[in-house]
Amino acid sequence: MKIAIASGKGGTGKTTLAVCLALSADGPVRLLDCDVEEPNCHLFLKPQIQLRKLVTVPVPEVNTDRCSGCGQCRDICQFNAIAVLKKKAVIYPELCHSCGGCALVCPTGAIREVEREIGYVEVGSRDGVMLVTGTLDIGQTLAPTVIRAVKQHAAPDGLTIIDCPPGTACAMVAAVRDADHVLLVTEPTPFGLHDLKLAVATVRELGLRFSVVLNRVGIGDNRVIEYCKQEGIPVRLQIPDDRRIAEAYSRGELPLNARSELKVRFKQLLDELGT
Amino acid sequence: MKEIVILSGKGGTGKTTVAASLAVLASDAVIADADVDAADLHIVLKPVTVEQHEFRSGHVAVIRQADCDGCGVCKRHCRFDAIRAVEQDRGRAKSTVDPSECEGCGVCVKVCPKRAIDFPERVNGEWYVSQTRFGWLVHARLYPAAENSGKLVTHVRNVARRLAHRHHARLIITDGPPGIGCPAIAAVSGADAVLIVTEPTVAGAHDLERVLGLVRHFNVPAFVTVNKWDINPDNAAPLENRAAALGVQLLPRIPFDSAVVNALVNLQPVVEFGPSQAADQIRRIWAELNKWLN
Repeated sequence: MKIAIASGKGGTGKTTLAVCLALSADGPVRLLDCDVEEPNCHLFLKPQIQLRKLVTVPVPEVNTDRCSGCGQCRDICQFNAIAVLKKKAVIYPELCHSCGGCALVCPTGAIREVEREIGYVEVGSRDGVMLVTGTLDIGQTLAPTVIRAVKQHAAPDGLTIIDCPPGTACAMVAAVRDADHVLLVTEPTPFGLHDLKLAVATVRELGLRFSVVLNRVGIGDNRVIEYCKQEGIPVRLQIPDDRRIAEAYSRGELPLNARSELKVRFKQLLDELGT
Repeated sequence: MKEIVILSGKGGTGKTTVAASLAVLASDAVIADADVDAADLHIVLKPVTVEQHEFRSGHVAVIRQADCDGCGVCKRHCRFDAIRAVEQDRGRAKSTVDPSECEGCGVCVKVCPKRAIDFPERVNGEWYVSQTRFGWLVHARLYPAAENSGKLVTHVRNVARRLAHRHHARLIITDGPPGIGCPAIAAVSGADAVLIVTEPTVAGAHDLERVLGLVRHFNVPAFVTVNKWDINPDNAAPLENRAAALGVQLLPRIPFDSAVVNALVNLQPVVEFGPSQAADQIRRIWAELNKWLN
């Protein structure tokens, strides 16, 4: 079973929940850190890294001897990654989406594809949790490609927990896609409610099952709960606002350490989801 | 005219809280909400929208079912796994495109032997020009699960820039997205300065390092403020030292203050909400930014 932990708004507690759930599971569990722009699970799990693998994408390379400067590659490219200068094709690899169209249409066979690094995937483990972390290189844009590389490590059977990036755009979509259940983490504030609604619209659009986890209960107001009631969205877990949890978090420690009774609640949540 | 973009790396550190209060204090800035897939500034700035436009960007492949003979050439060439075979009557398969997977590259359109694939423009969201009590606001809404958030960020910034020229504004305040990927790159490139709001946590420190890498990559000068610094005072100083060592200008810290959430529940920027320590510190930040501006 694949459980994705997502949210519209950032900083609501996705990573904390993902790591806590992984550590609360009975059997073997895989934790996939798909927040590849800012991966943080390893800071809390502190795993031993066993494997590091580059994520590469094919990008075109032009053999200028063969290039006739016809411009067919430039014309098919939807991403403005190719120009023709002085009758030769010039590639801007950082704009390339690796569709392969240019190599396909080149009439003189002047384009071949070469692999270009955009990030890396690390596999490690600790306390029965296998952690797979994706990291996007600085200055690169193709977060969804790195996310897909991480997701190839999902358990074929057994429990996989996916820590997703914030927002509702392509990176979040790539991370939650194919999940059996999405837990949307939010906080009881107007920003938390607004961004929850966006996240709900997104997972509904994708046809995924989902429910809500409310963090920092005690601050803000009651409107997230009211909204969930109106919409018939189950609120699976409420985590209290507690300065001890925030302080533990700041040191890289989990709320399990600050409030040990939470472990039972995380375990119950997993049971409810039928893991 | 200068543009300052507010970033954080890590989400939820207080970008929008700071942006909204700076908008109040600046009083005549053009404000841009470049966090297009979780835009929140309008919640506290309460704008009156004067213009609303569709955001069109890129294309999506659509297979005309009547003309498709199910040969599967498109599926073989699609690198994004966006094409599905669907069973029609009498067991004949046809191909169809999952628009949420389609990258809009056009390869299938080119290779289809029946020329059965259309390639219309995609509508990815909406963007707005609005008036607030503190100046013009340019904001947007990316549709659920839509593509091209980076291009929408660029568009919001371009519209804000045009407005600022037209109204002779001296400052654009841009509330940026979290992360360091496509939308963050679209928010930072060409900015005059970046204001990074971080927090004294191990995740905050880790993500600050990466966002500082990004602003160095694009050669944009940066300011840093540590929000909620008293959650872990021991972590705040090393964060600032690290930022200063990288040539970043430090701004006053903001304390953990319940006034921030209370102001938000009241749908107000914290500097408008009445006296608080957080508001005082954001005023000090504005005073420092004013020196840079003049």
